[in-house]
Amino acid sequence: MNKIEAKNVDFYYGSFHALKGINIAIPTGEVVAFIGPSGCGKSTFLRLFNRMNDLIPGARLEGQILIDGNDIYDRSVDVDVLRRGVGMVFQRPNPFPKSIFENVAYGLRVNGVKDKAFISQRVEEALTSAALWTEVKDKLKESAYALSGGQQQRLCIARAMAVQPSVLLMDEPASALDPISTAKIEELICELSSQTTIVIVTHSMQQAARVSNKTAFFYLGEMVEYGETKKIFTNPEKEATQNYITGRFG
Amino acid sequence: MVKFVENELQNIRKEISDMWMLVYEQLDNAYKSVLNADVTLAEQVAAREKRVNAFELKIDSDIEDFIALYNPVAVDLRFALAMLKINNNLERIGDYADSIARFVLRTELKPADRVLFEQLKLQQMYETALTMLKTTLSSLEHHDIAQAKSVFEIDETLDAINDQAIDVLVAYATEHPDAVRLCIELAGVFRKLERTGDHINNLAEETVFYIDAEVLKHRRTLAKDGDEA
Repeated sequence: MNKIEAKNVDFYYGSFHALKGINIAIPTGEVVAFIGPSGCGKSTFLRLFNRMNDLIPGARLEGQILIDGNDIYDRSVDVDVLRRGVGMVFQRPNPFPKSIFENVAYGLRVNGVKDKAFISQRVEEALTSAALWTEVKDKLKESAYALSGGQQQRLCIARAMAVQPSVLLMDEPASALDPISTAKIEELICELSSQTTIVIVTHSMQQAARVSNKTAFFYLGEMVEYGETKKIFTNPEKEATQNYITGRFG
Repeated sequence: MVKFVENELQNIRKEISDMWMLVYEQLDNAYKSVLNADVTLAEQVAAREKRVNAFELKIDSDIEDFIALYNPVAVDLRFALAMLKINNNLERIGDYADSIARFVLRTELKPADRVLFEQLKLQQMYETALTMLKTTLSSLEHHDIAQAKSVFEIDETLDAINDQAIDVLVAYATEHPDAVRLCIELAGVFRKLERTGDHINNLAEETVFYIDAEVLKHRRTLAKDGDEA
């Protein structure tokens, strides 16, 4: 069953045609990587899945984006409710200027949860699933800024996971991290894939190959190729894909 | 990055090509040493076997470095994997050339043996193997899949000559009991040439895999078994 479907998606920033006729189906529970050179539209496309582009002046979407079969751009959709189910992690860790505990509890609190025991339990579960619990359990009241970059990024993942999203969007989540922190994030992606569908934008070919089940290659606003990651990295159908992943252009 | 990769690929390509020609020369010289009972040439083949082995290690090491440093994918990865296997198969063919040369060194061949060689179709066996080896190299250099696949059919000639050689040798040994040892040694030579054909098939399979990502390994054998069943 497909978690996310894009049908004939075109997207414009004013007169700039950023995405051209994209069709894709992302199955539930899969990890899908978007790759392509800078400016190809992969991040723009990712941000359409939780309507992050809505407030950009002059931005315009044509076509449909469905999550669980529902058009998320339908007028009846409450964007806050949508984002509860579609979490996002950005390139640079962006913890709130609050304690570690409050960062993770934030999503629950803004959603009206008041049960302290429940919040504590969810915070522990989220930090555990983000592989951070053992490192921070004794300093939950300390500022999130006291954590290392890699820990902050995992905290942001825990914050996103606390509200149990069914989709997790990751926009170059490890590009600002050292190799050890990167490895932890990648392990985390594999573990979280049993709980949520993950779409990740990455500039690292090796990362896309390691963490994803399927890969989509974007170039100049078009989705050139989409298929099993093993196939894309051993025998891609399109010459453009092969040239990009082997470093011959881009 | 791209320039570095291209340089590395070019270097490996050249090394494989040189290794291929070295092994071809070894096989060709081993043949000439048998045909002319040329002990000097046989000694040269045996001595150059060390060079073949050293070259194999050098190429293996260079491909390992290429994989470790450049993390190749897609066609570059297939190239690296295929060249590793091609390198190993070439070394095995080099081993056979060496074994054949050593047969010349330990056997006192006589001009009269040439008649037996003709009955055995030694020349045809050798020329077929050498043609296969050259054709496969050409297919790799020109990215010609059809040419690579053409050697599979030629290999059947080697199998057929090898099969009939056993009958010829049995008959000859029966008539010439003093030549039993020579016949056994010659059966070994034919067996090595037949195995050389199998290794050249592997070279062709790896060439097709590199160019087109098509895996032929075992598939042809399975298809043949299916036809026979």
